[in-house]
Formats: sequence, structure tokens, C-alpha cells
Amino acid sequence: MDWINQLSPLWQFTLISSVKILCVFSVLMFIVAYAVWVERKVAAAIQDRIGPNRVGIFGLLQPLADAGKAFLKEDFTPDHVRKAYYWLAPAIVMTPSLLTVAIIPFGSYLGGEKMVIADLSVGVLYTFGIVSLGVYGIVLAGYAANSKYPFLGGIRASSQMISYEIAMGLSVVPVFLMVGDLNLTAVVQYQAGSLFDWLIFKQPLAFAIFVAAMFAEMNRLPFDLPEAEQELAGGYNVEYSSIKFALFFMGEYAAMTVGSALLVTLCLGGWSLPFAGLDQPASTWLGGFLHIGIFLAKMLFVEFTIIWVRWMWPRFRYDQLMNLGWRRLVPLGLANIVVTAVVLWALAK
Amino acid sequence: MTPPEPSSYLVLALLLVAALLFGLTPLALAWLWARFFSPAKPGPTKHAIYECGLESRGDAWIQFRSGYYLYAILFLIFDVETVFLLPFAVAFGGLSIGGFVAMMVFILLLAEGLVWAWQKGVLAWK
Repeated sequence: MDWINQLSPLWQFTLISSVKILCVFSVLMFIVAYAVWVERKVAAAIQDRIGPNRVGIFGLLQPLADAGKAFLKEDFTPDHVRKAYYWLAPAIVMTPSLLTVAIIPFGSYLGGEKMVIADLSVGVLYTFGIVSLGVYGIVLAGYAANSKYPFLGGIRASSQMISYEIAMGLSVVPVFLMVGDLNLTAVVQYQAGSLFDWLIFKQPLAFAIFVAAMFAEMNRLPFDLPEAEQELAGGYNVEYSSIKFALFFMGEYAAMTVGSALLVTLCLGGWSLPFAGLDQPASTWLGGFLHIGIFLAKMLFVEFTIIWVRWMWPRFRYDQLMNLGWRRLVPLGLANIVVTAVVLWALAK
Repeated sequence: MTPPEPSSYLVLALLLVAALLFGLTPLALAWLWARFFSPAKPGPTKHAIYECGLESRGDAWIQFRSGYYLYAILFLIFDVETVFLLPFAVAFGGLSIGGFVAMMVFILLLAEGLVWAWQKGVLAWK
């Protein structure tokens, strides 16, 4: 390991960051691939079917088969599309979820190295900036297709996503009122003390609004109007096939994974558990890996719940969706901010 | 090792490149594969607009509700509000009574805006 120490600090930092980015991407993509498999298996179990079981034992190699198929299928471009946007949209859909990962602390320390790609002081502000970009890929796809159903899907997606982004933004303000810092590492440390320091218990309303808004931002049932199969035949991605369609699919699951990670960090204690010394940043390698394991376990639990909800709930109508967003969640979020601020103020004086 | 703050943003640049490559590489590879190993087989039906198997009528430039726009305008107001609320949350610990009251008035004004829009019926999806 001598040669690492001989590099200049900047190069050391760049090298270590690149390794982190590589590791996080690999783990994320592995989870994305198997989330699809889990989704199909869970759906099958709920609907009393068997699900994928042909490729490998329990169909475990299904993600590989799907990827191979998507890659080798004929990648044709319909005549009527706007070609440049048509090509760009799938790549743009993937990017925001990958960028959001940067500030999520997925562990405490591993060999003296902080387990977060970029420990920004502006933390969550960056997240909201990037999450807003997520809508572009979908709207662009709807516009590029130059066809009715994708167009409607794109329009619906834009209105839905910007509405719930506000609910989401308002819901987290009380969290930061309590923590007093936008940095997500600080948010995790605030929650590390005991189970009742977890913000799901201290701010149940904020948690509830955030979860609802998260579902809407990810276009998952019960908020999946942009791709409602029965009305729009699939929505914004109707005109796509082969690898481009696969990218939309992966983008959706990546957004889901990153959303779960964000929820775990903000409300469910991040990498910490309130016993056996797991609430302190790790000083050993074993402790470091244990914290990453805890974080992944919590995240996968949330992700499983998201999949479960999809097969249990019917879809909202569009007016119900807008009603819930603007007339329920936004006022509730505002009230929650005022109440939290006044109570905290009264306690401090 | 805690890097100086600019370096954390340097990582973001690195990440942006990685993320863009991640999306564009499969597209490029698939394009290369299609170019060399799978000849295109175009057809009028295959390249037509997809609409449930029926032939498409009219233009894709359909009229849609103006309601979508109204929500977009409201969004602008409230999104900026959220951005203002976050620094307030961070500075909350050391805030004087004046600052606290000023912020409450700010929230009140926005709540008033929401109530006004509600009264006007903008928030009702008809």
C-alpha cells in the first residue's frame, strides 16, 4: 500500500473516490437487476402464480437473460419520432438517480475512510436539485415519441412530479429544524442515540408525507398514472424498444433504490442501530462492514415494501392525485413546519 | 481523511461523467452491435405510430388541459419557498425572536397564497 501514500493528497482523494463510485454503482446495479426479479416473484406469490423459474434455479439468472435479450433485440427507430431527443431521453432518465447516490452515507467508516461519495454541507439541497431533473427524461421521452399516448404520459408525469416535489420538500423541513444541519451524515448521527431518536418517531407526519411524495416521484403504484397500462398502453415509453426501453426500466428501479436509501437516511436511522455499540461510527473494518450491511438491510426492507404496495393497491384517479398533493399534503406539510418551529422555539426559551 | 470542500464538488464532476457514461455506453454498444451484426428490417407497419393496434388518426399535437400549466405556475412559487425554508431550518438554533417572527410571517404569506388559489378553484381538477 506504500504507493498510495506516495501520491499527492489530491490524487489519493481522486483515486479513493473513483473506487467508491465504482463500488456503489456495482452494488446499485446488482440491486436494480434483482429488484426486478424480486418484483416478479412477489407479484407471482401474491397472485398465486409461480413467476420466473426457467433460467437457473428459482429463475435467479433471469436478470442476465433479460439484459441479453434487451441488448440483442433489433433497435429500430420509428419514422415519426424526433430522433435526437428520442436517443437522449433514456440516458437522461438514468443519470439523476445515479447522481443522487453521491450524498447518501451508506456506512460510517471503513479503514478510516468516510462511507459517502461526497460529504456535502449543502446535502439535501443538492438532492432536491437533482431529483427535479428526473422529470426531464420522462417529459423528453413523451415529447420525442411524437405520438399521443406517450405525449399524455409525459404531460401527466410532469404535473404529478412537480406537485409532489413540493410536498416532499416541505415534509423534510421539520426534520432539518430538529437536526439543524443539511448534511446527511449529521442527520444520521442525530438519530444514532436511541430508537426514539429516529425521525420516523419524532416526526411521524413528516415521514408519512415524505413516503407518499416518494411514491409519486418514482411513478409507482398507487401513483403510476404516467404509465397507466390500461389507459395509456404504457405511457411515455410506448415507442421505445430493446436497450432503450431497458434503460427506462433500469432508471425506474434505480430511482426506487435511491429513494429507499434516502428514506432510510432521513427517517430510519441510516447505518446506525441503537444497541451493541452500533450507534457510534465504526473504528474497525468489521464494524464498518456491519454498518454497510445494516444500511443495505434497511434499504432493501423499504424497497420490498414499495414492491409489496404495488400489488396491493389500486391506482388513484388523476383528480384524486392532484387533490391529495395540493389540498392535503402541502397544507399538512406547511402546518407541520409551523408547529415544529413553534414547539422547538418554546422548548429552547 | 477530510478533503477540503472544493474536492467534494470535484467528486461530483467525476460522478457526473460516470453517470452519463453509464447511460450512453449501452446505447452506443447496442448501436454498434446493430450496425455490424443485425441488419435493419424496416417495415411500414413496424415504423408506424403505436396506438393499441388501431391505425392512428390525426396529429400527435393534441389539445390538452390548461390545468397542467396552472400547476406548473403554482409549483414555481412553492418550490422557491421550500428553498428559502431550508436555510431557515439550519439557522434555527441561533435565531433571534425577530428572525423567527419574520419567517413565520413569510410562511403565513405563502399559506395565504395557497388559500387564495384554493378559493379561486385552481387546485380543483375538474
